[in-house]
Amino acid sequence: MKALSLRQLSKTYRNGVQALKGIDLDVEEGEFFALLGPNGAGKSTTIGIVSSLVNKTGGTVTVFGHDIDTDIEAAKSCLGVVPQEINFNQFEKVSTILLNQAGFYGIPRGVARERVDHWLHQLQLWDKRDAISRSLSGGMKRRLMIARALVHEPQLLILDEPTAGVDIEVRRSMWEFLRRINEQGTTIILTTHYLEEAENLCRHIAIIDEGRIIENDRMSTVLRKLHTETFVLNLGSPPARPLSLPGYRVVQVDETTLEVEVNKDQNLNGIFAALTAAGVDVLSMRNKANRLEELFLRLVEGRDVGSGQARVTGVGA
Amino acid sequence: MKGLTTDREGHADVTRSDRMRRARRIGFTTIVLREFSRIIRIWGQTIVPPAITATLYFVIFGSLIGRRIGEMGGFSYMQYIAPGLIMMSVITNSYGNVVSSFFGAKFGRHIEELLVSPLPNWLIVLGYVTGGVVRGLLVGLLVTIIALFFTRLHVEHPVTVVAAVLLTSIVFSLGGFLNAVFAKNFDQISFVPTFILTPMTYLGGVFYSIAMLPDWAQAVSRANPILYMVNAFRYGFLGHSDVDVGFSFAIMIAAVVLMFGACVWLMEKGTGTRE
Repeated sequence: MKALSLRQLSKTYRNGVQALKGIDLDVEEGEFFALLGPNGAGKSTTIGIVSSLVNKTGGTVTVFGHDIDTDIEAAKSCLGVVPQEINFNQFEKVSTILLNQAGFYGIPRGVARERVDHWLHQLQLWDKRDAISRSLSGGMKRRLMIARALVHEPQLLILDEPTAGVDIEVRRSMWEFLRRINEQGTTIILTTHYLEEAENLCRHIAIIDEGRIIENDRMSTVLRKLHTETFVLNLGSPPARPLSLPGYRVVQVDETTLEVEVNKDQNLNGIFAALTAAGVDVLSMRNKANRLEELFLRLVEGRDVGSGQARVTGVGA
Repeated sequence: MKGLTTDREGHADVTRSDRMRRARRIGFTTIVLREFSRIIRIWGQTIVPPAITATLYFVIFGSLIGRRIGEMGGFSYMQYIAPGLIMMSVITNSYGNVVSSFFGAKFGRHIEELLVSPLPNWLIVLGYVTGGVVRGLLVGLLVTIIALFFTRLHVEHPVTVVAAVLLTSIVFSLGGFLNAVFAKNFDQISFVPTFILTPMTYLGGVFYSIAMLPDWAQAVSRANPILYMVNAFRYGFLGHSDVDVGFSFAIMIAAVVLMFGACVWLMEKGTGTRE
């Protein structure tokens, strides 16, 4: 069954901005789905429409088979939403926020109390249950929003940049948590600017840019489309003469830093051989960006992912 | 049997409509309880000020100035203004509760908690309005108790008293909701109470009978809906009214229906709440 299905979804704001230009998207039940895109691409608008916070201009949205135009209450019951910005009452107690949210979804008080206790423990907020929410740290506020979205145990959880601004430790514990609830059957749609996060967690990816879906496939399939990788080499000393690495595209960033773009069918031995012959020591080497980041940049900058057309500005080749 | 399922809390043989009805009832109760706890939590802003204001009115207008005014409509001045003062506190508190609570929820964005939930818009409006009515009646009761320290209140028509106060409270709770829907900043939620509601209440026969006014001023006063509400309420206590009580109730009922429809329509449209 499809957890979410969008057909020809469009949105034009009153100021004339066309945020969505008729997108089609399917998210299968049980999926961990990444919806990526640069700022202003249409991700939050899409999430806003699905969660009824934004009115669509055209198209259809169904959540677990329930059309939001004809069966909105059933569609909303299946959904849990973690928005980008803090949107709980900052003057209420942590447990009250969760209890109220359960009430809005029609969960009786007794059941709600059990669930609130459960999710407070799960998200390590139990000690803060009686704290006024305003007093929580940034990471705790994010976790509270996740607990709130889960208190009615939705089948589809949508997270709009849930780890924005939280430290790496909290982010990694959130990843573990999300992975666990996905394994337990909750379908998850995640938007994030941390592409490492999407690559780590998600099995399916869609990239949206300027209101259109420009990529939509399995994560592994999408990553295979990346035919080149860029490595950053830190050199021991500046090369005595201009370097020539035949077959590789090279950018000299500064005196002791090289960026070398390598095609999927090339090996790295040639680079080291040429540098050794030129008397240049390589102190360290790293990927310029993770694979998904590389692919993402190429897609949204409108370049062919397999062409190997890097942003060449320096010497080489 | 078709349509019978097991719900997520494990209750068997529940039809979808039963489940929906129960969920709505719980959702509505949650909104009302949240509003009630807000009223109690900030009692220093919600309960105490109207009690102090009412006491001052009774002391100054009732005890001090009232003695010199003498009788009005066949009753002592204190007895005459008591229903008006109770009604004034109901109006301002019903309105103030909904406008500040709903606008606060918009401003803090926690209105989104309700907007993403399965609760229908009419129930959200009803929940906030009930919250306004609760505060209006709570403060109205408090002012009534204060009034009893200053004068004897005889209730001529109890049903009329209850119906008038309830309908008025609903009307002004709905008014507060409409104000909050359109408001974009805090100035806009204080504009209506300060520049429209207060003058209309003061000129709505709280402190005087319009029979004292010249004909043109009486005609102007009759365009003020608060005049009808105050007089219907006063009629319930004293059996005396400047206007036709049946007409007053017709105005109140029409206002409730029209304003509730407008609130729900605006919520459906997303005015002030959705992009």
